[in-house]
Amino acid sequence: MAVDLVGTNGSVPGTRRLAMPYASLTVLILLLLWQGAVMLFGVPGYLLPSPYAIGLDIAAHWQMLLQNSWITIFEVLAGFLASIAIGVPIAVVVTYSGTLQRAIYPLLVGSQTVPKVALAPLMLAWFGFGVAPKVAIVVLVAFFPIVINSMVGFASVPPQMLYLAQSMGASPLQSFLRFRLPHALPSIFSGIKLAAVLAVVGAVVAEFVGADSGLGYLIMIAGSDFKIDQQFSAIIILSMLGTLFFWLTGWVERRLLPWHVSARVGEGR
Amino acid sequence: MPVFKNASPRSAAPDAAGRGGRLRQEGPPLSARPASLGDSRRTDDSFISLRGLSKSFTGRRGTLLALAPVDLDVRDGEFVSIVGPSGCGKSTLMMLLSGLMPATAGTIRVGGKPVKGPNADIGIVFQQDVLLEWRTAIENIVLQAEIRGLNKAAAVEEAQRLLAMVGLAAFAGAYPHELSGGMRQRVSICRALLHRPSLLVMDEPFGALDALTRDQLQVDLLRLCAERRMTVIFVTHSIIEAVFLSDRVVVMSPRPGRIETILPIDLPRPRRLAMRDTPAFMHHNHAVTDLFKSLGVLREEDE
Repeated sequence: MAVDLVGTNGSVPGTRRLAMPYASLTVLILLLLWQGAVMLFGVPGYLLPSPYAIGLDIAAHWQMLLQNSWITIFEVLAGFLASIAIGVPIAVVVTYSGTLQRAIYPLLVGSQTVPKVALAPLMLAWFGFGVAPKVAIVVLVAFFPIVINSMVGFASVPPQMLYLAQSMGASPLQSFLRFRLPHALPSIFSGIKLAAVLAVVGAVVAEFVGADSGLGYLIMIAGSDFKIDQQFSAIIILSMLGTLFFWLTGWVERRLLPWHVSARVGEGR
Repeated sequence: MPVFKNASPRSAAPDAAGRGGRLRQEGPPLSARPASLGDSRRTDDSFISLRGLSKSFTGRRGTLLALAPVDLDVRDGEFVSIVGPSGCGKSTLMMLLSGLMPATAGTIRVGGKPVKGPNADIGIVFQQDVLLEWRTAIENIVLQAEIRGLNKAAAVEEAQRLLAMVGLAAFAGAYPHELSGGMRQRVSICRALLHRPSLLVMDEPFGALDALTRDQLQVDLLRLCAERRMTVIFVTHSIIEAVFLSDRVVVMSPRPGRIETILPIDLPRPRRLAMRDTPAFMHHNHAVTDLFKSLGVLREEDE
């Protein structure tokens, strides 16, 4: 039951090298179509601003956008790192203890059926109005795929590999650090990549519910003021942040796991 | 139904002469010692000694006897194959011998010491090569020394020598995904031999390889065995493979797993692949095949 929505494994070799120019080209064509359609049909700016108008807005308000971006970036990063720090150890505990697995696992799954937006007001009540409730919601959204994928990774170690470790006289700790953990890393990383995307979503959801800064807050305020071009500015910056963040985790993965299939994509083989 | 008596007590005597001095570079020749034909309780002559060893698994559908009480003696430096169909307990026997699984009853002694927990004095090779994908070939082999806290430099040197012996000198720095199935299994054999274990345990090591690669690895294995003084327990379901490699073939039958008979293979060493066409080889081959036929284990695929 590997959760691998982002397609870390099994990509066609040789695709990455070509991905960037192609993707830029696609974006460019879409922008041109968008611009053309807005101009051709005379779409009013309060319904759909043209890319050019959005560009102007970003240029005019870049300082404000940047300030709010930093806040969102901080929330995303803090929540993301906390998700890893919480998710992986939970997976380890659940892997080694059948009792705890039966005790904790259904709760974990159950916790995911609750919409995080519904929990956001609760987090505000518990953690106040600052950054803490946002980070908490990011963790709630992002830690689950890390737990699940880490569990799958730890459990996928072939029993013979653990027998081998024992026959070498490895201690349980050595067996974990030298065999089980490295074996599970690719799977853990596909969870981490999912979490990277979800963390951005979580931060924005949290800012929607109660915030006085951040890109999500900006979108809310701009919406209530009918500043639709500013809404678009914030959305575009958010998506760029999300993409950059995802790409960064992929970069770290390739540096850490050069031996794995997902890292070999792009060697041009 | 069992036509053949459990023949373990005659382990030492009959084939000792036939093996010549293959691994006898050191120590007194074992064949010169009095062979303990009658009393199977004596263990001084055997390197491995199994007494009344049995294993049963308890599951939801009751208790399953995987291995009926088994007695077996293996001499130091002997190559013994365990052959039988699926479910005959040969892998269970191998797990017990390695101490990776607790026995239900009976005793195991290897090198005079009782085996209670995982036996770290052995080298082990499985059907799957279980190479660590994140380590190069040579790093995989040296891992053996790292875990055991042995000298790293000496280990690297030894690993290079082993790789050269199986024709992989040029692939020391290759990652497992860059190697073929046969190459990977050769690396895993090198890993099992790095610490010069006195016992090498192999569980269907060539079972997943194509016929040609299989032949090559058998030859490689014989060369490694001739070079080292070690006892080998080799689990397989290929009769030809068992006869070709072994000093003795232990034939097992299923439900419950038990030793049906033990056949000495008195073919001279070093053995060559062409030997498989000789009448003597055919004779042994047929003996085992006929045995399986008589046991009702008919369609046993041999290679």
